[in-house]
Amino acid sequence: MELRTEESGEVLTLSPRGRIDHTNCDQFLAAIQPHVDRCGGAGVQLVFDLSELEYISSAGLRCFLMAAKQVKPRGGTVAVAAMNPIVHEIFEISRFHLVFPIFATVSEALEQLSRQAPTQGRS
Amino acid sequence: MRARFWGTRGSIPAALTSKDLRRKLVQVLETALARGLSSAAEIDDFIDRELTFSSSHTFGGNSPCVELLADGAGFLVCDMGSGARAFGNHVMAHRGQAPPVINIFMSHLHLDHIMGFPFFAPAHEPSMQIRIHGCHDSLEHAFRLQQSGPLFPVPFSRLSARVEFVHLIPGEWFQVGGVQVQPMLQHHSGDSYGYRFEQDGRSVVYSTDSEHKLADPAETAAFVEFFRDADLVIFDAMYSLLEAISVKEDWGHSSNVVAVELAQLSRVKHLCLFHHEPANDDEQIAAILRDAIRLEQLTRTDHAVKISAAWDGLEIDV
Repeated sequence: MELRTEESGEVLTLSPRGRIDHTNCDQFLAAIQPHVDRCGGAGVQLVFDLSELEYISSAGLRCFLMAAKQVKPRGGTVAVAAMNPIVHEIFEISRFHLVFPIFATVSEALEQLSRQAPTQGRS
Repeated sequence: MRARFWGTRGSIPAALTSKDLRRKLVQVLETALARGLSSAAEIDDFIDRELTFSSSHTFGGNSPCVELLADGAGFLVCDMGSGARAFGNHVMAHRGQAPPVINIFMSHLHLDHIMGFPFFAPAHEPSMQIRIHGCHDSLEHAFRLQQSGPLFPVPFSRLSARVEFVHLIPGEWFQVGGVQVQPMLQHHSGDSYGYRFEQDGRSVVYSTDSEHKLADPAETAAFVEFFRDADLVIFDAMYSLLEAISVKEDWGHSSNVVAVELAQLSRVKHLCLFHHEPANDDEQIAAILRDAIRLEQLTRTDHAVKISAAWDGLEIDV
């Protein structure tokens, strides 16, 4: 699956395209892992730009949770932005809106996360 | 075939409290006051048409026990949770002159699934014959242990009915009267087993206490095949997806989200959410059902899945 990356200051934006489900969740996880490894302790925050994501299944949502479980203990934040209405409802039905900051646009997410600094890893 | 639910709660029975009942009464009366009901018929109509399920009913609180009515199969039931007490009373009232064999299929041996057996009236009746089917090697041991000191005052050996234990092999078909039954290993502490029942082209799958992570394609494919084209799948949807894959991961249960996904992949006709979290009240269970229905609508392709949530007393025809 396609995954675009973009850096803006200390915020890394990952933009998956298409669908994330049980058929390709392993590929998605492998694709984001090098970026997740950089986040949190190194001062880099993570935003998932979901504007080109058509659908996500439970297996795909699990990938997001795995990313958050790695980044949060390092003091970082994982946010999601620009979801289409279907993906947004899936997030809410799955109760994922309780653990992920959700932004209507990527620029809002970038603005918010740029103000935050990881609580660890800074001298 | 018909599925009749005698117990639908997971982990432990959960009784309706006075506080719960009062809340329902207040909701009903607030709505009724505005209607100005003046007859019994109007009241019945009001209850049936204008009240939410959680106001006018309760999902109930007995732990798992699901009867399957099928031609030529005698009494056929999945699990002996606390719902088995009411099921047993039903059997005694409808046994007829020549009581048929009672065929029990055990998903697993955790307490919530066997706790009703000591109170199962047919087990204390000399004319009854009971066959307990399951895949666990410790099947008979668990039943005998439950009814031994200090856990219970009446030992298993004193039961009057003829009780036999039948060991099944996962993946192999077994015949009970006119019904074909196939067990399948599921992911749960100490293992659990789902059962697929087939008769005359109709199929019902009982799959409770089964954790599905959908991360292993081969495992997902196996369950899709087990559920394939079933008329009814009774599915453990105890937790939200977030709970099931975070704080309650590896607790051996699934979610309404995974239930819908598997039902869609398998082209199931009717999905019935089951094994309700005992901490959830009727409104919370109703919300889980609404979410499942909405998810199916959002993600439907060419096949629609009917979705319901089991309640004690529900009957579903297939």
